[in-house]
Amino acid sequence: MYDRKRLKEKAEKAKDKHASIGPDIDLKEYTVAPVPHAYMADEDLCKMPETEQHLLNMTGIDVTKKDRGGTFFQKDTQVIHCHARQDGIEVIPMTQALEKYDWIEEYYWKLASVDSDKYTAAAELDLHDGYVVRALPGSKSVYPVQACLYLEKDGLQQNVHNIIIAEEGSELHMITGCASSPQMKTGLHVGVSEFFIKKNAKLSFTMIHNFGEEMVVRPRSVARVEEGGLFLNNYICMKPVKSLQTYPVTDLVGRDSVARFYSIIVGSPGSNYDIGGKIVLKESGSRAEIIARSISNGGNVINRGHLIGDAPDIKAHLECRGLLINGGTLDAIPQLTAHVEGVEMSHEAAVGKIAQDEIQYLMSRGLSRDEATSTIVRGFLSVDIPGLPPQLKAEIDRAIEESDKDVM
Amino acid sequence: MLVIEDLQVELANKIILKHIDLEIKQGETHALFGPNGSGKTSLLMAIMGYPQYKVLSGKIMFKGEDITYMPINERAQLGIGMSYQRPPTINGLKTRQMIHLCGKGKVDEEKLAGRINFSNFLDRDINAGFSGGEIKRSELLQLMAQDPDLMLFDEPESGVDMENMALVGKTIAAMLQRNGFHEEGKSILQTKHERKKMGLIITHTGYIFDYVTADKGQVLFDGMLSSVENPREILRCIGQTGYEECVRCMTEND
Repeated sequence: MYDRKRLKEKAEKAKDKHASIGPDIDLKEYTVAPVPHAYMADEDLCKMPETEQHLLNMTGIDVTKKDRGGTFFQKDTQVIHCHARQDGIEVIPMTQALEKYDWIEEYYWKLASVDSDKYTAAAELDLHDGYVVRALPGSKSVYPVQACLYLEKDGLQQNVHNIIIAEEGSELHMITGCASSPQMKTGLHVGVSEFFIKKNAKLSFTMIHNFGEEMVVRPRSVARVEEGGLFLNNYICMKPVKSLQTYPVTDLVGRDSVARFYSIIVGSPGSNYDIGGKIVLKESGSRAEIIARSISNGGNVINRGHLIGDAPDIKAHLECRGLLINGGTLDAIPQLTAHVEGVEMSHEAAVGKIAQDEIQYLMSRGLSRDEATSTIVRGFLSVDIPGLPPQLKAEIDRAIEESDKDVM
Repeated sequence: MLVIEDLQVELANKIILKHIDLEIKQGETHALFGPNGSGKTSLLMAIMGYPQYKVLSGKIMFKGEDITYMPINERAQLGIGMSYQRPPTINGLKTRQMIHLCGKGKVDEEKLAGRINFSNFLDRDINAGFSGGEIKRSELLQLMAQDPDLMLFDEPESGVDMENMALVGKTIAAMLQRNGFHEEGKSILQTKHERKKMGLIITHTGYIFDYVTADKGQVLFDGMLSSVENPREILRCIGQTGYEECVRCMTEND
């Protein structure tokens, strides 16, 4: 068993440390005591109340597990379902991995720092669980692995640590849905994720958030991509949330490695988002792309993006577009840093309103003003994400379609 | 039937159409001529109902209804449609979805696109990076799906390559139920007799007349319209003496 004494000592020192960005959260307002839930078999999953099923469905989680390579389900602090259905794919609860497998030491807190801030510290000091998903060398996932992190207990601080490993030459697709029960009023979700994309491996990771209006969310993600590896990271949050701050970092450490970040955010009234991402291109031939689409209809959205070129012959592009449709604020903060000659880096940021000529064009085809507006918004949010399997693409389209009703 | 009476239209505080009278009867197609900047597109936009084109006086009647102040979409629903010269790009909206919207879900997008040699564009964002000729075909495709009774064409042949010109011309003829086009089970004569579709076509070159005959020609000059029976005659006259002389000559003959 992994002795985490030194990690805990480090965490202890950082337990009051404010994050470098985002409003500070008083962790004393939340409880971390374990909330027991019974393990659910396949058939139990399908017997969940319809409202819950629907909620999960909207975050891309299919309780029937059809067309899924594996399923992980954590409710509050407890893993209630964990199952891999495909050869070459392992899905293990984090607490179990820490207990049983020595190799976890090579990954656990190796990319993210336990003492980054009070949230990473809390994730170590009061770790509830999380998942380890691993695609064995050369394995190709046909169906995506789905993971769900669900909150039900009012006032809970859910501490989760996930590790995703795509071994050499493997291909792994994951969809993670984070949601909170409609009955839940306040809560805090802390999620540490470490991504290892090894030589010539391909990982697509799609996260859909569907939290309640009073929820606070602090994901902490770091990824490392080796030679010839590809990391596709999609983030979708279209439901109101009180405060969400995340700033995932990806290091492209191998030649010809690629990272692409796509995010779709809808800021409803009362919501505060501070999201962004940093990609460091450390070896020549690597490519990075950050594409962000944000809409505010009364919420506050800060969109950060930072590309750092550390090697020649790299290519990086950042595109940040925002639409203000009903008040609120949009803040686009793109940043490019080059440390060597021979880099090709660009960014484009645009914040605006829906163009009148586009609305009128659609109206002249018979659409009402409202229909025209929602058609344009839907188009704005539909980003072509290359390299996604069709089911995943369909899930994303569906999430957008569902949430579209709330946007207007 | 479209009837425009003494219409005066202002755009950005400038009067661009001074005095417009126009009548397009059921089944008729008119050609609209005029020098650059004479207000041809403005007239089409005013008929379509763009509020920037502010009607100061006069009225527009369509199918017996006063549509002078009717919103764009209601005019579209009443049966007016337009093929634009420079339509806006809508990012993320696929041409296929646009055709679906135009046809209210009742058309076969694939089949329709095949008719105008546009199948390869269905999965592209509408108008994004389309060339001039591609825009024309995309606009036609949308109108085909929409199938309005009055079609306003803003230079449908400009920018279209030689290879696609005949296709565009014949498609417009079919849409307007003209030039030998006839519905299945009906003779050419019967189709002509029962023809309902109306058209108003802006053209500079008149190439479109090789495929679509127009019943009347209208010349827009100095904010006013002059009408003549034979559009080809107008084209010849403009070519020889210019717009001003042509209009003077026409009004004298009246």
